[in-house]
Amino acid sequence: MSASTGVSGPRSLPTTAQSERRQRIARTLTYSFLIAVAIVYIFPFVIAVVTSFKTEPNATADPLGLWPSPVSTTAFHDLYTGQDFLRWVKNSVIVTLSVTFLRVFLDSLAGYALARLQFRGRGLVFAAIVAVMAVPGVVLLIPKFLMIRQLGMYDHYSGMIVPLLVDAAGVFIMKNFFESIPVSVEESARIDGASIFRIYWSIVLPMARPALVTIFILSFQGSWNELAHFIISAQSSSLNTLTKGVAQLASGQLGSGNRYPLKLAASCLMTIPVAALFFIFQRRIMNVQSGALKE
Amino acid sequence: MLKRFREPGIRGHEAAAGWLFLLPVIVILGVFLILPILMAAWVSISDWNGNGSPLGAHAHYVGLANYRHLLTEPGLDQNNFGTSLRNNLYYVIFVVPIQTVVALFLAVLVNRRVKFVGFFRTAFYFPSVTSSVAITVLFLFLFDPTGAINKLLSFVGLNGPAWFYDPDGLFHIIIKHFGVHNPPSGLANHFFLGVSYWDWLAGPSVAMSVFIVMAVFTTSGTFMLLFLAALQNIDDSINEAAELDGASEWRKFRHITVPMIRPTIFTIVTLGLIGTWQIFDQIYVGTKGSPLNTTLTPAFLSFNASFNSNEWGVGAALAFILFAIIVFFTIITRIVTRDRDTVRKRRFRGALAFVGIRGDR
Repeated sequence: MSASTGVSGPRSLPTTAQSERRQRIARTLTYSFLIAVAIVYIFPFVIAVVTSFKTEPNATADPLGLWPSPVSTTAFHDLYTGQDFLRWVKNSVIVTLSVTFLRVFLDSLAGYALARLQFRGRGLVFAAIVAVMAVPGVVLLIPKFLMIRQLGMYDHYSGMIVPLLVDAAGVFIMKNFFESIPVSVEESARIDGASIFRIYWSIVLPMARPALVTIFILSFQGSWNELAHFIISAQSSSLNTLTKGVAQLASGQLGSGNRYPLKLAASCLMTIPVAALFFIFQRRIMNVQSGALKE
Repeated sequence: MLKRFREPGIRGHEAAAGWLFLLPVIVILGVFLILPILMAAWVSISDWNGNGSPLGAHAHYVGLANYRHLLTEPGLDQNNFGTSLRNNLYYVIFVVPIQTVVALFLAVLVNRRVKFVGFFRTAFYFPSVTSSVAITVLFLFLFDPTGAINKLLSFVGLNGPAWFYDPDGLFHIIIKHFGVHNPPSGLANHFFLGVSYWDWLAGPSVAMSVFIVMAVFTTSGTFMLLFLAALQNIDDSINEAAELDGASEWRKFRHITVPMIRPTIFTIVTLGLIGTWQIFDQIYVGTKGSPLNTTLTPAFLSFNASFNSNEWGVGAALAFILFAIIVFFTIITRIVTRDRDTVRKRRFRGALAFVGIRGDR
């Protein structure tokens, strides 16, 4: 930690009074900065929520007002009746849940093989996975579309889901994690004659919960917020996810007027699941860098 | 069981299981990453126009024509390409340093022993979990010509610009204040990639500046966490020793903190470079390249050339040029940071993956 708190401190190189005054100023400055920046970071979200309860004229005339007058749920009502909103939600849920659960399973399976199982070619596969990690996603949009179409998966759930099922970074995280846990438990199970899959499934996976949760959070957040991949893998509006649907709303493809309350209502609603996930796992997300992955 | 008795059997078993466990990953990465890259490489040297399969009779080999078309042939495509490069270059030049400094600043603040530190960390990180779509919609509202930001500015007597509708470059606006309204002919008459020198020097347009602000807003929290981890790795005793010697806060920061976290700074700059060259979602949702193409980016242009103009060869060539640009910058930062981060790297990698996936934010 940086500055000493000044609560106790026999240290008296300058005069005590002087250093105490210095520290008080430092603390006041710190708090003013923190509060100022926090306002800048939070205020936009407050505005978003408030505006979604405004009427359109009210939102246009008074974009800063923190109290809607009148309070109106028209935006939500319109979203529910006038748009395919529920279908977008359904599609997002289907895609996100499939991707998340399968990815956790497949990443951990591969990570385990790379960390624990001895076989020729292992190093090569791992090197390939690391190389693949370095390819920037946006560059792959056209290539992925070409392949999805070639395989006849275009405009189907399969094309939206299957390419997202595996991520190299997740395999990497799992491998690192498995390498950090002691091998002794597995060995005794192996001597007892347990099959490799059984060891992985009922001994190793339960121990790997922290890493699995990490992959779960990353995958959920990543696929829920994904836009570009869904743009190139499907075109029917019946396959719109929330991101794609709201993107179309935003660019006015689905109606006229500025309709800010409607758009902001949609944005707020689509943020709820990732926000909820964030608050549930807040501890571990905020701590993940200071070693939680290494547990 | 048999395998208990035959040692080679166990190993054989293990190899089979190993490949089986890896099979889904190998197949999916192979089919949706490696093969597509090869296919797109072929499209980029073909004249395929979207009809039928690019592997069928509709596509013919044209050599490097698509690359030449973008790099050397004057015309609309080259002009768009040059413009998109200029736009993205300014985006990178502004976003990367600003987000790095802001993230470090925030990390230093929330690393202090203050009350409600959890609340502040959460507040700064929260924008990072939201989707680019939701954030862009929010910014479209805030920066509407009659929106919240301009209302705020009007309280202090300022007339805000039209933000997303304003194509004027920041540098052009600044020199206008010094009385330079028309470009010197030397700058206006010389072109690089179809864009005049004068336009190369325009700076980011006002519209692009809003995207710059948005990028800093959404990524600084993520990078703050990385910096925070690095700051917490610094041994307290070093700072305490410096304090005993009477070092000021700034000197401690400058001469202890910054050198100690240098590997993290380099990492964040690299991640920033990789991410900022890929900006796509925000443009797609927000402006689609307008006004006057000043928010056009190579990623969006590549998408647009392929999916909307059916110039698949050009689109694919653009994607590979973008790839080359990103690789180039990654290598540059690698060279700069080499031999500095051998020990820390391993510990850091896992945490990096947490952020790296969201590189485009």
